[in-house]
Amino acid sequence: MMCSVRELQIGEEHDGIIELPADAPVGTSFADYAELNDPVFDVNVTPNRQDCMGVRGIARDLAAAGLGTLKPLAVPQIEGSFKSHIDIRIEDSEGCPAFFGRAVRGVRNGPSPDWMQRRLKSAGQRPISALVDITNYVMLDVGRPAHAYDIAKLDGALIARSARDGEKVLALNEKEYVLDPSMTVIADERQVHDIGGIMGGEDSGVTEGTTDVMLEIAYFTPDKIAQTGQKLGLTSDARSRFERGVDPAFLADGLEILSGLILDICGGEASEAIHQGVPPVEDRTVRFDRDRAFALGGVEVPEERQRAILESLGFEFAGANDVRVPTWRRDVAGTADLVEEVARIIGYDRVISTPLPRKAGVAKPTATRSQMIERNVRRAAAARGLDEAVTWSFISEEEAAAFGTTDWRLANPISEDMKVMRPSLLPGLIAAARRNLDRGAPSTRLFEIGRRYLADAEHPTATLLLAGDKQPRSWQAGKAKAFDAFDAKAEALALLDAAGAPVANLQLYPDAGPTWHPGRSATLRLGPKTIVAAFGELHPRLEKLVDAPKGSVAAEVYLDAIPAPRSSGHARPHYKPPALQPVTRDFAFLVTSDIQADNLVRAIRGADKQAISAARLFDRFESADGLSLAVEVTLQPGDKSFTEAELAEISKRIVAAAQKLGARLRS
Amino acid sequence: MASDTDLLDQIRSAADLGALDQLRVSVLGKSGSITQQLKSLGSMDPETRAAEAPKIHAFREQVTSALADRKSALETAELNRKLATETLDLSLPAPETPSGTVHPVSQVMDELAEIFADLGFAVAEGPEIEDQWHNFTALNMPEFHPARAMQDTFYLERHEGEQEAKVLRTHTSPVQIREMQAKGAPLYVIAPGRVYRSDSDATHTPMFHQVEGLVIDRAIHMGHLKWTLETFLKAFFERDDVVLRMRPSYFPFTEPSAEVDVGYTLVNGKRTIGGSEGFMEVLGSGMVHPKVIANCGLDPDKWQGFAFGCGIDRLAMLKYGMDDLRAFFDGDIRWLKHYGFRALDVPTLSGGVGA
Repeated sequence: MMCSVRELQIGEEHDGIIELPADAPVGTSFADYAELNDPVFDVNVTPNRQDCMGVRGIARDLAAAGLGTLKPLAVPQIEGSFKSHIDIRIEDSEGCPAFFGRAVRGVRNGPSPDWMQRRLKSAGQRPISALVDITNYVMLDVGRPAHAYDIAKLDGALIARSARDGEKVLALNEKEYVLDPSMTVIADERQVHDIGGIMGGEDSGVTEGTTDVMLEIAYFTPDKIAQTGQKLGLTSDARSRFERGVDPAFLADGLEILSGLILDICGGEASEAIHQGVPPVEDRTVRFDRDRAFALGGVEVPEERQRAILESLGFEFAGANDVRVPTWRRDVAGTADLVEEVARIIGYDRVISTPLPRKAGVAKPTATRSQMIERNVRRAAAARGLDEAVTWSFISEEEAAAFGTTDWRLANPISEDMKVMRPSLLPGLIAAARRNLDRGAPSTRLFEIGRRYLADAEHPTATLLLAGDKQPRSWQAGKAKAFDAFDAKAEALALLDAAGAPVANLQLYPDAGPTWHPGRSATLRLGPKTIVAAFGELHPRLEKLVDAPKGSVAAEVYLDAIPAPRSSGHARPHYKPPALQPVTRDFAFLVTSDIQADNLVRAIRGADKQAISAARLFDRFESADGLSLAVEVTLQPGDKSFTEAELAEISKRIVAAAQKLGARLRS
Repeated sequence: MASDTDLLDQIRSAADLGALDQLRVSVLGKSGSITQQLKSLGSMDPETRAAEAPKIHAFREQVTSALADRKSALETAELNRKLATETLDLSLPAPETPSGTVHPVSQVMDELAEIFADLGFAVAEGPEIEDQWHNFTALNMPEFHPARAMQDTFYLERHEGEQEAKVLRTHTSPVQIREMQAKGAPLYVIAPGRVYRSDSDATHTPMFHQVEGLVIDRAIHMGHLKWTLETFLKAFFERDDVVLRMRPSYFPFTEPSAEVDVGYTLVNGKRTIGGSEGFMEVLGSGMVHPKVIANCGLDPDKWQGFAFGCGIDRLAMLKYGMDDLRAFFDGDIRWLKHYGFRALDVPTLSGGVGA
């Protein structure tokens, strides 16, 4: 097979296929021939372990876990032979408390040696030039970001200072960044040369012609680096280390290691080191408690082993039970951290699975009332033939405005369609119903139980939308039948009943508001102020506004508005079915068209609360004399059957009650 | 008058119920032949009566029974004739009743509630529009923590008078904080619900569901965490061969922290939970960080415990075999009917939590 370097993911070149020299041995594996056959470690460094963003830190952990031995770190001691004429100053000691450096003059900046190039490549770094490669090598080897400036391009001292408002810098990625005073920069007398701790500047970067360099090993305050990086939207290897906090005690040694490599590889002559400021090295000790390994970590590890693990990770025992935390372990602050060190080195597979304490007896019920309401409503809706959907909590500005208020708007939405926290579940269900009908579904009955996000609170709500055909055409019923507002009413009442609302006491108020058809919608209330549901036809203008399917009906049940029932015991009130048969009587009334049928039935029921056990409207028609409503009244005798006189008396009271509403008995 | 045998023959061969009734009247009616004979008994002398009466009565019995038999035979014939015309093609479709479904996310939440109720965990809830203190600060995520950066977190536009923008909770962990603050310790809760990250690709949606577990008590250690997760996953997947693997990890709000992988077996190329052919990450967990406990007003020297967080949508996918997260939020009724659950599939311990 013929591939380019890029196709094999071993580099960037894509000019053509890789051409091997004529003497390349035929039949040998390319990986072996190109010496690409060394083991590959895939390391996922968690954000708390900046110390493992260099090979040495990983090696330390591996050695502690018994894989190999950590070699001592060789730090050359470099005698400076002159005083750098570029000085270092710190003006922003909050952002950059320490800035170490030195000049090296007379260097040759050619390609770096093969061994270094190979190592860099195997770590995913592209070799550039010896000076750049050496700074990258130090970063990958010991986790220490550094920077080299071309002295020929500097104008006076290097100063760590706050950026000026609107100050610009062209960074090494060839992009220009506009800075502000919250950011720390390294500048000379003339201009900014480095977004401190994040990225160097193009104007003072080293090139092949560089002969004199100024080295920078600084400590930048993590929070400020994170903040600057976030503001500029700029990530870099340096930033990812500084924002997690590099070892504050490794500036002087880091500078010596960097200088030594440059002298070895590029030649030249080093100046005396300049140490400006003091890095924030803390002497941190935490309490060691051998019992905590089990009491918190669930691992049984002998004390000696625990101590050995901690020492191998660089911890030092300062007293009997005080442990000094290594300067590179910014994440360790307490005993719990020591437990984690021991447990992770021992291995979490050694954690002893231990049952939780269990209370005597059968497990107690745990669901709250609101949780039970949601569960009951959900299963009642599914039992009634509705499909539960889960739709996005955020909707578009237009949808939100059409269905209520836009109390909560996202500052960083992922799209305009997902910008406002929904004040209603209807837009999501309407969109889902439309998608279904567009895909050819003849009918959808969708519901969702979720929250409406209003200014005062998040309100749990059950919403349903019926769209398309209620019944398909059939050999028995003939043509397909559409949904109407009464279907929505039936669902609303069923869900309210499932939620435990006192359905018999509900009062109906016409016109549920601007989302709804004014003449074909209503709210259901318990008293004038407690609205527990709304239902009806959607307002026809929504068909245009949000492309709602024509003829959709819907209902919303406001679950958190339903009052808690009074009794809580399991026993029911006493009841014995009456011995005597009930009697039914029909009454037909002529009424004016502004009367609500519900009010008439309610008035009739109230005419004799003792005797009337039920009243049900069973007929309605428009006659020449007005609207006729017929009600079947069920009368339940107690100990004795009703006499004719008693029945006449009850009838009289029923007619009188209806008359108060302007209804008169049809003769 | 026809002879006795003739009469009985006439009865037995009566053509229809009408003819039969005429015969009955002519024999047993007010002036019927047998009625007349019975009446004549009164005028007989005792000896003749004693001889005649049994005969007349016996004949009357014979006639009555013949009438009844014939009546019954004619009625049966009549009914059979009628039934022969009353046929329905019952292969015609019956009236259809729509059948609804419960969303897999809801079903799994019910399963979780059922399993954890048995372990003594209550179900807690909290707001989805959350303040930064509960979502981050109290959970030991300092102001410049990467998770607080704009690319992960949805921020809300600030309301007038608000010091700080609210966020859409990025995890269910703020419920830990609210529960500890409200109820103190000991505490055993799970908190399922919607969470939000500004992430959208094939495997991430900007809204998804998580369940948080929290135990705060006096002597709880990582062994309890391991047991709880093992017990939960075995119960949830209804398999005894569930293998867990805990790996050291980092979460700001736990110390020590562990990521938990669950073993799977490949069955027809599909990952099936159980066994240990391979492992995949299913949840994050750890011992609640002492700072978090202190932030909630509890004494971390007295109280300790564990927390874990797990994606509900992912649990549903692993158990019930969906492979596309985006479909969860599309409301496609074909998908809902296929992956949804019947209303009566209520998870119970006695009936099994899976459906």
